[in-house]
Amino acid sequence: MKVIFKTSYDNDIDLHEDWWARGKLIALVAVMAVLPFVVGEYYLAEATNTLIWSLAGMGLMLLVGHTGQASLGHAAFMAIGAYTDAALMNIGVPWMVAFPLAALAAGLFGALVAIPAVRMSGIYLAIATLALFVIVEEMIIIMEPITGGVGGIFAPSITIAGVDFDRYTSLNNFYWLCLGVVVLVTWLYANLLRSPTGRSFLAVRDSEVSARALGINVTRTRSLAFGLSCAMTGLAGALMGHYISFFNYELFSVFISINLLLVVTIGGLGFIQGAFFGAILITAVPQLISILRDGLNSTTGIDLGSVPGLDTLIFSCILIGFIIYEPAGLYGRWLKMRAWVQLFPLARRDMFRRQKTYIKTERMR
Amino acid sequence: MTLLQVEDLAVHFGGVKAVDGVSFNVEAGEVFSIIGPNGAGKSTIFNLISRFYKPTRGTIRFDGQDITAMQAHQIGQLGIARTFQNIELFDHSTVLDNLLMGRHTHRSTNWVQDMMYLPKVRRSERGHRRQVEEVIEFLELEAYRDKLIAGLPYGVRKVVEIGRALAMGPKMILLDEPASGLSVEESQEVAFWVEDMRRDMGLTVLMVEHDMSLVNQVSDRVLAVANGEALAMGTPAEVQANPQVKAAYLGTEVD
Ligand SMILES: Nc1ncnc2c1ncn2[C@@H]1O[C@H](COP(=O)(O)OP(=O)(O)OP(=O)(O)O)[C@@H](O)[C@H]1O
Ligand SMILES: [Mg+2]
Repeated sequence: MKVIFKTSYDNDIDLHEDWWARGKLIALVAVMAVLPFVVGEYYLAEATNTLIWSLAGMGLMLLVGHTGQASLGHAAFMAIGAYTDAALMNIGVPWMVAFPLAALAAGLFGALVAIPAVRMSGIYLAIATLALFVIVEEMIIIMEPITGGVGGIFAPSITIAGVDFDRYTSLNNFYWLCLGVVVLVTWLYANLLRSPTGRSFLAVRDSEVSARALGINVTRTRSLAFGLSCAMTGLAGALMGHYISFFNYELFSVFISINLLLVVTIGGLGFIQGAFFGAILITAVPQLISILRDGLNSTTGIDLGSVPGLDTLIFSCILIGFIIYEPAGLYGRWLKMRAWVQLFPLARRDMFRRQKTYIKTERMR
Repeated sequence: MTLLQVEDLAVHFGGVKAVDGVSFNVEAGEVFSIIGPNGAGKSTIFNLISRFYKPTRGTIRFDGQDITAMQAHQIGQLGIARTFQNIELFDHSTVLDNLLMGRHTHRSTNWVQDMMYLPKVRRSERGHRRQVEEVIEFLELEAYRDKLIAGLPYGVRKVVEIGRALAMGPKMILLDEPASGLSVEESQEVAFWVEDMRRDMGLTVLMVEHDMSLVNQVSDRVLAVANGEALAMGTPAEVQANPQVKAAYLGTEVD
């Protein structure tokens, strides 16, 4: 096992504990960057989709994983991002301006609705955000001149300084654009977590009473977290709009919200990495199931494709299995496997068993 | 100089008069203890000072300022830190992060600067870390710096909570039963720390405690409460000699 010898406070402030960890991340980004030269168009499109889901997942992770608030309405913030971006571009605003404005619109809207929602928590907040989602959906339909109503809206193709980033005519460029956005947002997110702002989010999540005693304005902190979360999700929505090209309100259904919740819980609550693991699972597993089904069909002649809903059933079982047997999520499982390898052969069975936490009563102490 | 001035403080929860007309002054640099049987209203007095509860009547003044109408998060900014009877730490964070959270009132950067991690953020983080390291050294928490709270023994958690309050760099610290559940040696350590807080850090200490030997050892003055009312105030010896106080502890009525 590796022991880091810390020689300066900066060791704890830096994002990575040493050059080995930093190098691994750089290598990962490099591999991602050369992906267009390695895989075909179909898989590159899938990878782009996964990146967009990771971005949206990070948005919800900030809220659920790091501030302890629930939301069943995040599809609405994706929609606000997508429509703002597309509508602005349709009146001639360049993408470089429309894209940040999409984040701003989703973020401001999120921060505003968070203020009345701040007294709520758990299931009540989930229901309130679900109601908000319905309102946004209706508003999209009503605001037909801007949103195209039920008919839908076209997200123009992106050009930056004359370079084409269209999702169909130059998928490679669009993929790199998404990768760039994801890397940037991940960096900002990671910075936030190692800063006083990130600590105040965790404080509000773990003990609101203590947070207040430490001088943290809980309402302000929660609404900031809500706003930042919605801004990130709005960015993902904008990219999703370009990825789909032509969409209407149905693209951002309540299932998107639920899938996003699955991304963060199955990926591993409280870890940025969890959003990526979750996004990979949610986008790749359905593909994997259909590949396996086709393989089974061609080798043995058993055609499971004729059984309706089987893919969804298998997928759901995998998800349920994860929630029951690995509450720490995919990233938690990954950490455990890594520790097992590093400690080999010293790992013990119960090493990761949750330590007893002292019982807390509801009454304020 | 009077640092904290509590006048005719009362809070009623429905029919329960948890605190009912308590008045006392705490001088700057003093160790002031509140004693009383279970359910006397001691923690409630702390929650009133922290502004977690809204008083039904009465005023609280700190450092010449009326804080009765302030919000809970503003109290910390004034320089009042506290611990909780049942330990309220951030269980999923490390000891170091818990202590750093105590530096919140001293933050000098906003969220935009934080997200970009400007050099200014790093500089101020180093400063916070330096302050926190002093607390770690004072409370001898070096061995636990990178440990998660969730895995720590009870006694260590109690100390971390005191540390988090000290990291705020407060003028006054409220300790709610700092020695409950601790061994005799650990309580003795708490006594030394309280004395150091007063002598070396110039802190004013307001403490609720059942352990009378600790109270006797560190307190300048003691206030005894029962059923939400003040029974007696004075030196530890005076208060313990008071017949009403004795009766309150033994549960008998005095005429
Ligand atoms: N939020 C509340 N709602 C209703 N009753 C309350 C509330 N907070 C405290 N009380 C009541 O006020 C009384 C005083 O409680 P408090 O916690 O202040 O006692 P205490 O002196 O700290 O006792 P202990 O030594 O057991 O900690 C108790 O009867 C308690 O039930
Ligand atoms: Mg109490």
